[in-house]
Amino acid sequence: MTAVGNDPWAVLRAATRARVALGRAGDGLPTARELEFRLAHAAARDAVHMPFEPDVVRAALGDLDVLEVRSAAADRAEYLQRPDLGRRPAEGTSLPRTGDDLAVVLADGLSPRAVHEHGAGLATALLDLLDGWSVAPVVLAHQARVGLGDAIGAALGVRAVVVLIGERPGLSSADSLGAYLTWDPRPGRVDSERNCVSNVRPPHGLGYEQAARTIAALLAGARALGASGVALKDEGTALPPG
Amino acid sequence: MTVRRTTLGGHTYEFPSLVELLAKATPARSGDVLAGCAAGSAAERVAAQTVLADLPLATFLDEQVVGYDEDDVTRLIVDTHDAAAFAPVASLTVGEFRDRLLAWAADGDEPAISALAPGLTPEMVAAVSKLMRNADLIAVGRRARVVTRLRSTLGLPGRLASRLQPNHPTDDPLGVTASVVDGLLQGSGDAVIGINPATDSPAQTVALLELLDAVITRYGIPTQSCVLAHVTTTLRALEQGAPVDLVFQSVAGTQEANRGFGVTLDLLAEARAGALELGRGTVGRNVTYFETGQGSALSAGAHLGVGGRPVDQQTLECRAYAVARHFEPLLVNTVVGFIGPEYLYDGKQVIRAGLEDHFCGKLLGLPMGVDVCYTNHAEVDADDTDTLTVLLAAAGCSFVIAVPGSDDVMLHYQSLSFSDVLTARQVLGLRPAPEFEEWLARMDLLDDDGRVRALAPDAPAAKALLAAAQP
Repeated sequence: MTAVGNDPWAVLRAATRARVALGRAGDGLPTARELEFRLAHAAARDAVHMPFEPDVVRAALGDLDVLEVRSAAADRAEYLQRPDLGRRPAEGTSLPRTGDDLAVVLADGLSPRAVHEHGAGLATALLDLLDGWSVAPVVLAHQARVGLGDAIGAALGVRAVVVLIGERPGLSSADSLGAYLTWDPRPGRVDSERNCVSNVRPPHGLGYEQAARTIAALLAGARALGASGVALKDEGTALPPG
Repeated sequence: MTVRRTTLGGHTYEFPSLVELLAKATPARSGDVLAGCAAGSAAERVAAQTVLADLPLATFLDEQVVGYDEDDVTRLIVDTHDAAAFAPVASLTVGEFRDRLLAWAADGDEPAISALAPGLTPEMVAAVSKLMRNADLIAVGRRARVVTRLRSTLGLPGRLASRLQPNHPTDDPLGVTASVVDGLLQGSGDAVIGINPATDSPAQTVALLELLDAVITRYGIPTQSCVLAHVTTTLRALEQGAPVDLVFQSVAGTQEANRGFGVTLDLLAEARAGALELGRGTVGRNVTYFETGQGSALSAGAHLGVGGRPVDQQTLECRAYAVARHFEPLLVNTVVGFIGPEYLYDGKQVIRAGLEDHFCGKLLGLPMGVDVCYTNHAEVDADDTDTLTVLLAAAGCSFVIAVPGSDDVMLHYQSLSFSDVLTARQVLGLRPAPEFEEWLARMDLLDDDGRVRALAPDAPAAKALLAAAQP
């Protein structure tokens, strides 16, 4: 690396995270820059296609009760092409009707890696803040989209569901977790009826405690309002950037 | 509604409507499966293509895919159809039309192909593309000549332009400028320097327009700028006297999908009139820029046609081109791999769609470019985008989009890099837009063979441009 003072190209690099001033080999990229790009893409691809390992998450959750569900998407290829199937439970799915206040769903989404690395950390940080809420067993969901939480929440009979789900990996963020809160979950809910906290991935993104406090505040707001989504945002609950 | 049928290999295939016939004749792609309109088998697809090949081209003037009364895009298509331009092919079937286009292309008869545009409807063009292989799409696409002008001339033979896309996650002026400088130093930006703003606020849009205008003015660059905000935001910027070269808007192929984008034809006409009034062109008066992409109508749930049947995404894409061409655009591009694997699953589907969109846009008279791109959850990588880029360059694509190092740090997807554009130009012997090429030469950015040189940072051209990015 060259110090800013010695390298005129460093002016560009200092100004943006974009991949500027890479240099060229002929009309192509120099080998080292090409390999950096490939590694970033490979990490994102691996994060998408890594098999979801519920045992990893169970172990990290300690002695919390856990349920498992699968969506109607049979495999990763079908999951990627049929988002509608990822929002429906597999044929024959049955969940106990607990009638609790809240269910927390840990869903693989587009980055099982994000759930492996941050799912239990965020879930336990959140549950620690929820005095006065009865909480159903944590649900681990395979080949799941955010909307699967609606069916899960309805089956459990809970008043609210929080889905912690692996977000679509970017080149510089393969392990980002998102949290989606839906009040009165049932199939047919639309995205404008949810609130979202995204980019949970310490140390680069949001930390567990900070994200958990925001989600807990949103839950309290949703309970007071009897609704989530745009209406809740309009009440002035601040969402973190990202 | 006419039921059409054919018997192939002892099996009779029936297609109860034009909507279903077009959908089932479409080369396989995930979006049509998601919409529930794709062919059920490979043989059914060929059966649909067989029936489609025998369909008179004029059928599309009488039988609509999306209803006339309920859709303003259909009304625009039907009401602006030019019967005189259609006359040379009016008696042909879709299959004969394909054969005629290939014959004209082989003869290099650009005028015959290019003059058809006002006489062709999106559905006719979609139909013939479904009978074409990739090579057909390339051979005919490169003979459909569409030249547009504002401060540079685009679409001339032997040229490949690029949009320099200097996006930044927070619209930071210095960050944007660094990407602009990086692109200019690599010969990019002749189609437009176009930013997707991180927020859609009028104040931010005006600030970015002024920033780009200052760079273009400071270095005397013969190109145009664009901030790809919503058309209503651009209208506000126009009211405030901002330097608006181009009015941008994403458009789709149904009235309902356009309503989802928050646009009407009247709104687009009003914004175009505002930009025309500014008179910022030097060599022409094309002042609009549109983006499209297969799957946009389906993702908005606005993809149903006559009888409530799902229309295939490629036919809907062509209908978006009818919206674009009404406003005499400088630039139109499809964003071919952005929307995700549920619409175009893998490299094969993305490559096919990119070639289809370029061919169909050009045949309808559009200055067609392509954002050759992919997301990380699609089965697509840089080898696939290399393949599509070279094929598009061979097909005479007007422009492609390029970002620093292929990595759009605001929209989180991969498009082409500046060096990818240089490679495509070199491999196929293509050059930038002529006015921009002269500017590159004036800035001493070209070598003796007219190729963009690799600069030492103390070269005068590099020092001059780097000065723009000094804090």
